[in-house]
Amino acid sequence: MSEKTKVMVVTGTRKGIGRYLSEYYLERGWTVAGCSREASDLSHPAYHHYCVDVADEAGVRKMAFDIGRRFGGVQALLNNAGIASMNHILLTPMKTTRRVFETNVFGTFLFCREFAKLMQRAGGGRIVNFATVATPLRLEGEAIYAASKAAIESLTQVMARELAELNILVNAVGPTPVKTDLIRSVPKEKMDALLARQAIRRFGEMRDVSNVCDFFLHPDSDFITGQVMYLGGVG
Amino acid sequence: MKFSLAEVQSAVASAIDELNQSRPADRQIGKSDETVLYGAGSVMDSLGLVNLIVSIESAVGERFGVAITLADEKAMSLRNSPFRSVGTLGAYVHQLVNEAE
Repeated sequence: MSEKTKVMVVTGTRKGIGRYLSEYYLERGWTVAGCSREASDLSHPAYHHYCVDVADEAGVRKMAFDIGRRFGGVQALLNNAGIASMNHILLTPMKTTRRVFETNVFGTFLFCREFAKLMQRAGGGRIVNFATVATPLRLEGEAIYAASKAAIESLTQVMARELAELNILVNAVGPTPVKTDLIRSVPKEKMDALLARQAIRRFGEMRDVSNVCDFFLHPDSDFITGQVMYLGGVG
Repeated sequence: MKFSLAEVQSAVASAIDELNQSRPADRQIGKSDETVLYGAGSVMDSLGLVNLIVSIESAVGERFGVAITLADEKAMSLRNSPFRSVGTLGAYVHQLVNEAE
């Protein structure tokens, strides 16, 4: 897969890892179509922003339709958009649970479904979903977040089998905590205890995430699908 | 109705033509209303049907400027599946295209 003039869709691009990945792949010659619920201030001739809630089926369909018309096909999808809720299970509101599943699971599903159609028409593509080390570490206080990401792992593994015949490869990256808004409210002692359970005890960096994405997107990775790669030696 | 049944049937036929280009001569999909799309009597396996549905969605988008999802809840719950034959599918696509914004 040459990275020239290829089209990549990234979700959750307004800030954090999504913003970083957009800029990272724009620098490498990709055309990037990004989305978030709110407008983005990312300005680049090859960046196209869509104000879409990833769990809004009609909105996602319209975004895919527009991208199909503009670019014909899509070669890569990074399903980065995600939200977390950290709370004891007995204190977790149903509304929060629903919101986490809508964004993390239903959003990932909708983008995979709609953009795999565009990849199929382009002769194939690569999907990278976003898991977390919270799932294999069974982190207390993150039941809903970890469960939603466990669903993404299953989705990734089953989709990999269903889409392989269409030359669409589906994998997932499972980051450790990276210093973004997602973990801003987590107490320091909780974070230290988490890092202590990793083989390599440090926060993840943005480049650790893009490195795994690079691997999954690399032309030579055409025999790699259905895999979940955790950072930091977790798993 | 914004779009006629004949216009929609023509879009469905063009999607079938496109798909047939990559299918062997003895596995060509017919375009008559009676052509069976899945199960006994169909030349397509399940992946073939998936490809056909995606091609039709795309052809409809290009021709009528509307985004439709054929495999929606209504289609999956209808007792008589719209995916039975080219004729029933054409009628269903016609309905969706005219319901779309």
